Amino acid sequence: MSVEYIDYYKVLGVSKNASEKDIKKAYRKMARKYHPDVNPNDPTAEKKFKEVNEANEVLGDPDKRKKYDKYGKDWEHAEAFEQARQSQQRPRSGGGQQYSGDFGGHDFSDFFESMFGGAGGGGGFSQGGSQVKFRGQDFNAELRLQLRDAYTTHKQTLTVNGKNIRITIPAGIENGQTIKIKGHGGPGRNGGPKGDLYITFSIENNTPFKRDGSNLYKNVDLDIYTAVLGGEMTVDTFDGKVKLKVKPETQNGTKVKLKGKGFPIYRKEGQFGDLFITYDLKTPTNLSAREKELFKELAAIKK
Amino acid sequence: MILRNLISVTDFCTSHDISQTLVVELKSYGLVEIVEEDNVQYIPEEELPKAEKVVRLYYDLDINLEGIEVITQLLNRMEDMQQEMTRLRNRLRLYE
Repeated sequence: MSVEYIDYYKVLGVSKNASEKDIKKAYRKMARKYHPDVNPNDPTAEKKFKEVNEANEVLGDPDKRKKYDKYGKDWEHAEAFEQARQSQQRPRSGGGQQYSGDFGGHDFSDFFESMFGGAGGGGGFSQGGSQVKFRGQDFNAELRLQLRDAYTTHKQTLTVNGKNIRITIPAGIENGQTIKIKGHGGPGRNGGPKGDLYITFSIENNTPFKRDGSNLYKNVDLDIYTAVLGGEMTVDTFDGKVKLKVKPETQNGTKVKLKGKGFPIYRKEGQFGDLFITYDLKTPTNLSAREKELFKELAAIKK
Repeated sequence: MILRNLISVTDFCTSHDISQTLVVELKSYGLVEIVEEDNVQYIPEEELPKAEKVVRLYYDLDINLEGIEVITQLLNRMEDMQQEMTRLRNRLRLYE
């Protein structure tokens, strides 16, 4: 595995000879911009925030900064330094404040871990002052479903952070909808309650139906003879077939509503939306001589 | 009656190493709901994420309570808009 060098000065946007004060100032500015609490559900900001935090962990700690400056791009040869340092007591992360936003994982980059060890500044984020979290961390997960699966209430087992959770997915769940599974987030501290698990559903639709909430839409082809004279046709609904009576002289684009043949209404057991069928009139092709003759006759009558 | 899990304000403050005065202020700004039972103040469990977020914004980002009030309102609007966007995106699928 190749480990890439990270320019922490660049991350914070400061020069190599920036003072402690400059670094702190730059860090705070960046943190305000990318803090997860002001950028909810934004993975890009979260990533950036982690980078900024890591840069501060190094540059904000005189000891780590010294090591980083000394070995810089030759960080792989920093073992000697590390050995000398290990005999001393590792000082508490002196980088001052570390932020404790509500985001997943306090992991540092491979580069950081190669240079300063896996634990970072004494177990990752400092645990003093306001950083202690009481309530457990919330977890976010995305679940992909097929539209067919969302048609019925069903149970599904998910693995979240190594644990299996069996959840019930109510019929009629929407694409992009988030449900909360209480108490399935991270453990609380100091007797605090557990966090929650948030599952966002991404629903793929590879059926011939279009969905808008609990209503379904579908276009069906209609031949001109049935359209003109009226008749019957069989139409596929989401869960079966129905016979439709087509009125005589039906126009192209006519919409008919099949009540209760739509999608289940979320959390309303046994209730369904409607299915809207739109007719696409198809005119005949490859006409025989006789057919053409008859059409001409029809046209003549209309004139 | 709905049973609510309550967290004592004292526990919350000890755990976050903050003063109870701050929590009183948060309440006066309408940022956190506090309930009182038998002269003890509690934060309902469902208010905890909100309370902890406010504490983080206050200490981590050095934002005063007025600022947090504004941020909270804007974040709520943002959330509403995101939901509206999801709804509209889903409707757009009708035309794709």
